[in-house]
Amino acid sequence: MSFFSALFDPAMPFVRNALVAGILSSILFGVLGSVVTVKRIAGLAGAISHAVLGGIGLALYLSANKIVPGLPPIAGALVFALISAALIGLVSLKAKQREDTVINALWAIGMSIGIVFIAKTPGYADPMSYLFGNILLVSARDLVMLGVLDILVIVLAWRYYPQIEASAFDEEFARTRGVSTDAVFLVILGVTAIAVVLLQTYVGIVMVIAMLTLPAGTSGYFARNLAGMMAIGTLFSVAFSVAGLAISWGLDLPSGAIVVLVAGATFLAVSALRAGRKA
Amino acid sequence: MNLGNSGSLRTGRGTSEAASSDAHDAHRVARDAHRVAVRFSGVDFAHREAEVLKNASFHVHEGEFVALIGPNGSGKTTILRLILGLASPGAGSIEVFGAPPELARGAVGYVPQSMSFDRAFPISVEEVVRMGRLSGAGRGCLKGGCSDVDDALEMADVADLRDRPYAALSGGQRRRVLVARALASKPRLLVLDEPTANMDEESERRLYAVLGSLKGSATVIIATHDTDFVSALTDVVLCVNGRSGDEAPGGVARHASGPVERVSSGHYGGAILQVLHDTDLPDDARCVSCADGTAETAAPASAGAAPGSSPAEPQGGER
Repeated sequence: MSFFSALFDPAMPFVRNALVAGILSSILFGVLGSVVTVKRIAGLAGAISHAVLGGIGLALYLSANKIVPGLPPIAGALVFALISAALIGLVSLKAKQREDTVINALWAIGMSIGIVFIAKTPGYADPMSYLFGNILLVSARDLVMLGVLDILVIVLAWRYYPQIEASAFDEEFARTRGVSTDAVFLVILGVTAIAVVLLQTYVGIVMVIAMLTLPAGTSGYFARNLAGMMAIGTLFSVAFSVAGLAISWGLDLPSGAIVVLVAGATFLAVSALRAGRKA
Repeated sequence: MNLGNSGSLRTGRGTSEAASSDAHDAHRVARDAHRVAVRFSGVDFAHREAEVLKNASFHVHEGEFVALIGPNGSGKTTILRLILGLASPGAGSIEVFGAPPELARGAVGYVPQSMSFDRAFPISVEEVVRMGRLSGAGRGCLKGGCSDVDDALEMADVADLRDRPYAALSGGQRRRVLVARALASKPRLLVLDEPTANMDEESERRLYAVLGSLKGSATVIIATHDTDFVSALTDVVLCVNGRSGDEAPGGVARHASGPVERVSSGHYGGAILQVLHDTDLPDDARCVSCADGTAETAAPASAGAAPGSSPAEPQGGER
């Protein structure tokens, strides 16, 4: 059965869920990804996304040992994401000379905590599913949460577009115009942390950062301004998601990895074409 | 406290209109000269325990064109950052238009020294200039048709570049765009940090033509590491960590300036003055009484300037 036949098969709602998840995620990848890209905080977002595994492992451990019965992994992920975002944000603002060391330490410590707790969790918990995701397991509740986060991100990006643009382009000048650049930075990190938690279901912890940068990076070659970058990045992400899902369905390959490979191949091809044109 | 612009900058008006308002401008310049724009009183500042400023005191009147000179690392940028409220003094006080710098930001336009920017950042010249209209969490001037932005583009001579990507401009064009961005808020005080660094002569000439058009209508403070010469537009020369040897380290001294006999290579797009480091002037050199903030301009700071010469008609050697 082809991917497009499966989409309309009443017995396969998970395929439609996967497509809707891809489209809803694309708004985050396009809008938030553009902000992450122009603010050059992809490294920070990467640290947050990997630290999330610590929260997932802890939640699985607490739930399986009846310490906190029924605690969903996403709750632990959210707590760890927000704590790591706050720590990374403060370190980035206050201790610039040690920024790289501290951020990489948080990245590694978060993942290590996750692996340790998952190893001590009774029964079988596969860290691979969290690291690489499985969009075909997206639930209706996940879609609602993605939709709510989409609306939040669009409203914030629209309302504070001048502040975001100015603080990304020239932070010092933005401060002279009374923009609270630290607050803008911390809110961006916080929203990115929440988005990473929801998006890791789709492409997994390891690859979420790729999707936060590749569609936006590709659209940056075509856009004339940040708003255009967000819009084109969203369209690119939708295209990557649909193409990646169709290919992964047809070839029976992991969907998250294929989506990222399609996005990466497109980015590299466009970059090579641009470089060739300049040469 | 409203310290915002009061329409103090001249905008791109026609010749006849400019001529008819000359008398009005002259009156306004004289009135503004009574006010103190920036006052440093006993300011100390240290960066990571390295003393940059020590008991620095000076003041600048509204409408003055000030050259803040000193060698690299002397503390010029620190002074500008203190004026902008981007840094706080360890001791002493700073007033900008009679208020703490943080409250006066709306009245100050800033052109940074060398803005490192992401060349892949998609943004047009007009969008960069629109940033100048930002104020806190307000929406600023998002759409086209904002007359202040149009005026600033015209004044800085970059209107024809408005739709061009910022990254596609030359260094000199980018610097003028940043001047336009600073002018978009119609500032009462324009602060420029090394505006002609790495700039070719033509770009320098065009930039100083822009600054010359602001002469007298806004207070202008330019930081430069050239300690020998300043633009002939200059009314006041402030020397940071000066080299006359008389002033204490970390201080700001007011030095005289005079005409240049002969200059082999020019700067500042036209007439220049030579800084006379051996001639210290008192901080109240241009005042009758400055202590209460009701300063009155008394005489040009330029030692060699012709008596009675207008500040708007600079003296000095042509290149």
